[in-house]
Amino acid sequence: MSAIHAIPAVPEKMTWSGGSEPLKASYGKLMMWFFLISDTFTFSALLVTYGMIRFSQNAYVGLPENFHFATTHWPVPDKVFEALPFLSGSYPLFFVGIMTFILIFSSVTMVLAVEAGHRGDRADVEKWMLWTIVGGATFLGSQAWEWGHFIAGPHDLSLAATNLAGEPIVGANLVRNPYGPPAFADLFFFITGFHGTHVFSGVILNIMIFFNTATGMYEKRGHYEMVEKVGLYWHFVDLVWVFVFTFFYLV
Amino acid sequence: METAELHVHDVHSHDEHEHEHHELGFIRKYIFSEDHKTIAKQYLISGIIWAFFGGALSILFRLQLGFPGAKLEWLRPILGGWINESGKLDPEFYLALVTMHGTIMVFFVLTAGLSGTFSNFLIPLQVGARDMASGFINMLSYWFFFVSSVLMFSSLFIETGPASGGWVIYPPLSALPQAMPGSGLGMTLWLLSMTFFIISSLMGGINYICTIINLRTRGMTFTKLPLTIWAFFLTAVLGLLSFPVLLSAALLLIFDRSFGTSFYLSEIYINGEALPNVGGSAILYQHLFWFLGHPEVYIVLLPALGITSEVIATNSRKPIFGYRAMIGSMMGITALAFIVWAHHMFVTGMNPFLGSVFMFLTLIIAVPSAVKAFNYITTLWKGNIIFTPAMLFSIGLVSMFISGGLTGIILGNSALDINLHDTYFVVAHFHLVMGAASFFGLMAGVYHWFPKMFGKMMNRTAGYVHFWCTFVGVYLVFFPMHYIGIAGFPRRYYAWTQVNGFEAFADMNMFISIAAILTFTSQMVFAVNFFYSIFKGKAAPQNPWNSNTLEWTAPVNAGHGNWVGEIPAVYRWAYDYSKPGSATDFIPQNVPYSATPESNLPEENEEIATEKEIDGLLEAQNESYNR
Repeated sequence: MSAIHAIPAVPEKMTWSGGSEPLKASYGKLMMWFFLISDTFTFSALLVTYGMIRFSQNAYVGLPENFHFATTHWPVPDKVFEALPFLSGSYPLFFVGIMTFILIFSSVTMVLAVEAGHRGDRADVEKWMLWTIVGGATFLGSQAWEWGHFIAGPHDLSLAATNLAGEPIVGANLVRNPYGPPAFADLFFFITGFHGTHVFSGVILNIMIFFNTATGMYEKRGHYEMVEKVGLYWHFVDLVWVFVFTFFYLV
Repeated sequence: METAELHVHDVHSHDEHEHEHHELGFIRKYIFSEDHKTIAKQYLISGIIWAFFGGALSILFRLQLGFPGAKLEWLRPILGGWINESGKLDPEFYLALVTMHGTIMVFFVLTAGLSGTFSNFLIPLQVGARDMASGFINMLSYWFFFVSSVLMFSSLFIETGPASGGWVIYPPLSALPQAMPGSGLGMTLWLLSMTFFIISSLMGGINYICTIINLRTRGMTFTKLPLTIWAFFLTAVLGLLSFPVLLSAALLLIFDRSFGTSFYLSEIYINGEALPNVGGSAILYQHLFWFLGHPEVYIVLLPALGITSEVIATNSRKPIFGYRAMIGSMMGITALAFIVWAHHMFVTGMNPFLGSVFMFLTLIIAVPSAVKAFNYITTLWKGNIIFTPAMLFSIGLVSMFISGGLTGIILGNSALDINLHDTYFVVAHFHLVMGAASFFGLMAGVYHWFPKMFGKMMNRTAGYVHFWCTFVGVYLVFFPMHYIGIAGFPRRYYAWTQVNGFEAFADMNMFISIAAILTFTSQMVFAVNFFYSIFKGKAAPQNPWNSNTLEWTAPVNAGHGNWVGEIPAVYRWAYDYSKPGSATDFIPQNVPYSATPESNLPEENEEIATEKEIDGLLEAQNESYNR
């Protein structure tokens, strides 16, 4: 990149004296950073909401083996998210663990794409962008399965929480939740959905970048900075997932 | 990227540059323009139109408050069904009026109209840039604001009326469409409109910050920036960090309203029917809202304070007193803005200890605020004051800032606030300190930079008439509100005549209403002056106020790209007014110290050595526009 666009050297002590980019970042990259700082506050507000509602509700008190779903106490995530596709039996947090691994791995491939961009290696950028897109799409698909599983409710209706009339609650949505208080479902759908929307936008951006790379647009431009900018966004979305994962699945 | 091309034209062929502007059609030049100056004018004119709507709404509810018995049938041609059979203002519509007055004034006039106008106009011109970092995103920012405006405006015309739950739209009132007519479609439109507004302000704010960081001209260090730019920078930071929280709050509210969730709702009976919602918290919304809402106060006020610093220094012909203290106090206000929000919530039943923490933090704001007020006064002290209309409005701002700020110290005390909460005392406080003060800053900015914006001068005499009517009028409206507020007179009440003891305030209320009507009417002087001067005003000289900042070095009607030829370099701060030894009473920022040996201070003579280094940055600066 620097070989193509030689920026005249600015003496160290003149870094902040104007006429140059003091943070050694183009305005586009800076704008992405500031957008991400802003978006951090969006997610923070949602996670604070989660925390406030979560701690205003009762936690389950008793032995782990006696745990049961009820609208009167917050569910234990191990018991809610314990299924794997095509398999029966209990695998607490296995599936979400795989999902998380895929997403974080797609960050690694994104780093490799950015690195290939620095080398100006178009074929490598294409390859790693494609892997990143595959990773993102797989994550979204897994999340769809996770949602589907959550919406369906426990296979055995006798395990489901009961409503005021004493009947088991069938299926989860924004109003009712067979695993516990409706607030758990509300927050789960809203926050993972909001994060999923970010991942979805990220995948769309990645596809656009892949397309532009494949058509040689960045090669003509002489640098692959767009890959870096979208890369920043992609890493941010991963980082947010780590927090969402911690809040919903581990705490 | 556009700026890059422009620059090439500027340097190599001036004619070609002119030619290019001819080719830019009407739509690209005036409507979907990427030129920061045009976008600023779009924001300003939108803001002025909104201000007249917001003001007119307040006159309507002042009619109800000042003349509770009056027949308002004559308003039926405009308001139609909102005037009921007995010829009175519909109570539901009264609530809609106060809600929309607040929303329009806070967001559409004093946020978009003030910081949208002057951040856009002054940042590139005063830091020495050809345009905003991204002209395209800047254009998008205005048009998102426009969509938001259209949505909010359309809500005034629907059958159930616009949002009516107060500008703070607290749930459950705002969350339940069956709670009141205004919580139906009107509230949906309000939330949609605000979503667009937040996106617009985010795009604007990111642009302001990146332009200030990356596009300062050579020599323009952060400690040479005019205080206006510091104010816009910190305002943008405030908006960047607080508006997203309102976005989250609004999205959660949308889900509560439309999709059956219970984030803010719990155990509610309405019309004798029990709602199924459990587990939410209405207080949670208040926390999220005020995390935006309090910084919003400073988003509104800081640009006005920045403009005032510039106008007062220029027209006192004196350096601003305490330049670094001003920066420090603005930074202090910015930081404190994020940790005081719960002082709006002292009566929500919060833990008194928590209340005292927020009280303590709130009262600390008095320190940087006082630093600013004293610095304005000491800048004026022994100055060679020139009373332009802009200067009068700036001094008016200082007056409003002090008299409204003092009641802030009273309200910041939780023990006192619990008595005064939701009374007219609060109304008087925030209208003076944030409403009127910011409005005066806006007006100071318009009068001061009108010659730069339109290349014409505004009529001075009309400016004086406008100032005195507004200054006296604002005090006549808001000062009496302190008294009725202390007496316990509540805000947002439609009818008060049935309450024992309040009938004694009938005269006072009538007085306030008459003052409000006169003050509002006098704004027509401004409107006529403004629009008349755009077309028929006297041609403006390049630097009408003999000011130091860079915008006055640009041509009178600067084209896209701002400067013909190279962007000027900056060698000194913006406040070298009446410098001892100098023949002129102002030395612009682009005059090097080597050219003014007669007035240099010893430490400034040492700066001469760095001039070569500053000039050496020219190549890097030009290169940054060519990438």
